[in-house]
Amino acid sequence: MNETLLPPIGMLAELTHRCPLQCPYCSNPVELLKANRELDTETWLDLFSQAADLGVLQVHLSGGEPTLRRDLEQMIAGLSARGVYTNLITAGVGIADGRIEAFAKAGLDHLQLSFQGARAQTTERIGNHKGSHEKKLETARRARAAGLPLTINAPIHRHNIEEVPEFIELALSLGAERLEIANVQYGGWALANRDALMPPRDAVERQADIVEAARERLTGVMNIDFVTPDYFATYPKPCMGGWARDAFMVAPDGSVLPCHAAQTIPSLTFERFGDRSLAEIWTGSPAFNAFRGTGWMQEPCRSCERREIDWGGCRCQAMAIAGDAAATDPACVKSPIHERMAMLIDEAQRSAAGAPKDIPFVYRRIGTVTEPA
Amino acid sequence: MTALRARAMVSPGAVPRLPKHVRIQFDPVRQAHAVLSPEKVFWPNEISLDILRRCDGRSTVGAIVAGLAADYDAEEEAVAADVVAFLQEWSDKLLVSL
Repeated sequence: MNETLLPPIGMLAELTHRCPLQCPYCSNPVELLKANRELDTETWLDLFSQAADLGVLQVHLSGGEPTLRRDLEQMIAGLSARGVYTNLITAGVGIADGRIEAFAKAGLDHLQLSFQGARAQTTERIGNHKGSHEKKLETARRARAAGLPLTINAPIHRHNIEEVPEFIELALSLGAERLEIANVQYGGWALANRDALMPPRDAVERQADIVEAARERLTGVMNIDFVTPDYFATYPKPCMGGWARDAFMVAPDGSVLPCHAAQTIPSLTFERFGDRSLAEIWTGSPAFNAFRGTGWMQEPCRSCERREIDWGGCRCQAMAIAGDAAATDPACVKSPIHERMAMLIDEAQRSAAGAPKDIPFVYRRIGTVTEPA
Repeated sequence: MTALRARAMVSPGAVPRLPKHVRIQFDPVRQAHAVLSPEKVFWPNEISLDILRRCDGRSTVGAIVAGLAADYDAEEEAVAADVVAFLQEWSDKLLVSL
């Protein structure tokens, strides 16, 4: 490998796959891990300490639902003692009294709260959880009362894309500094639900105008991050800012991965923390080195002037749609199969229009898919 | 509690500070100062770092400009234009509170 290897800045820690919600676009793998596969407290603390030594400055504590880990306070305190910036990514449902205050006291820097809808009915339907909307509102209020800065995260798809203006008002009313309007990325569970979730083209265009106008109007009041929908894109996103370039993630069982969907690439094998140190995995893991830098690229990426802007886009999307993890992300207009994206959008609209009611969701559940023997 | 917030504008009397979700930290691995915020890490240059360090919740923009002009042996007017533009940009991104 002839690329310069820099230390990682960010780490996503998926502490558990357990979650009270069953969102049909969950970014966890389709084969979810049960609680008995999760790392224990000591191992996570050791991992966090090694991450800080390696140069990690920010850790996103996620899941599943990370607050289901009863040792979360200890983890936050451990990271905070090392000066690592901690961001808790939560569904905000079923957090016991006093815990949000305890997270703040342990040194939590920021809380990101998901809303499946701007309306209670939408939130409950998408997460398949009665009463979830009200619980989330309460979590937001408690976070603000505990002095925690707040981001509202809104995953967008066919069933809530018309609620984008209401999401903006909701985030403002909750005192959020930041709102993520994040169009669903079609990997894992979302890929299984693609036809049910894919929004129509005109709604996507309206959404872009609404977000742009709101950003202008709310300059200096609230930041809006817009994660644009890949299938409607001209150029791909620089997924993870480039494969294994400055960030990585860790699964509940300690598997260290370049991105949360990397296990969908069958040619790669991944290493577990504990079998090797984090530094050894970051520098030496063949899976990390497989798509690092630009040396792995084929045409049209190899000679493209955007190769160090997009980094070839998403490897997992290339795998899912082009059937080759080293292909150009088909979201890119220069991909030889870029047209396939438009076909998949149209196909989804046709099957949604043809269904007597809405296409039913495959809700995220542990054990929905049979685990390999 | 829909507190009606409005965009803050930099003025000589404003007192900037770093909000709770933003902090400056020396990173021993890279031997550089980092600004940590919810999603992004910034690597400010020497002058930006000097401005941000003076956003202590006590000094006015006017005092910050005067201090920097003295330290850099520069015209206050020129320094003021740069500092105001910098702080407005950072305030607009909610990385500095006024």
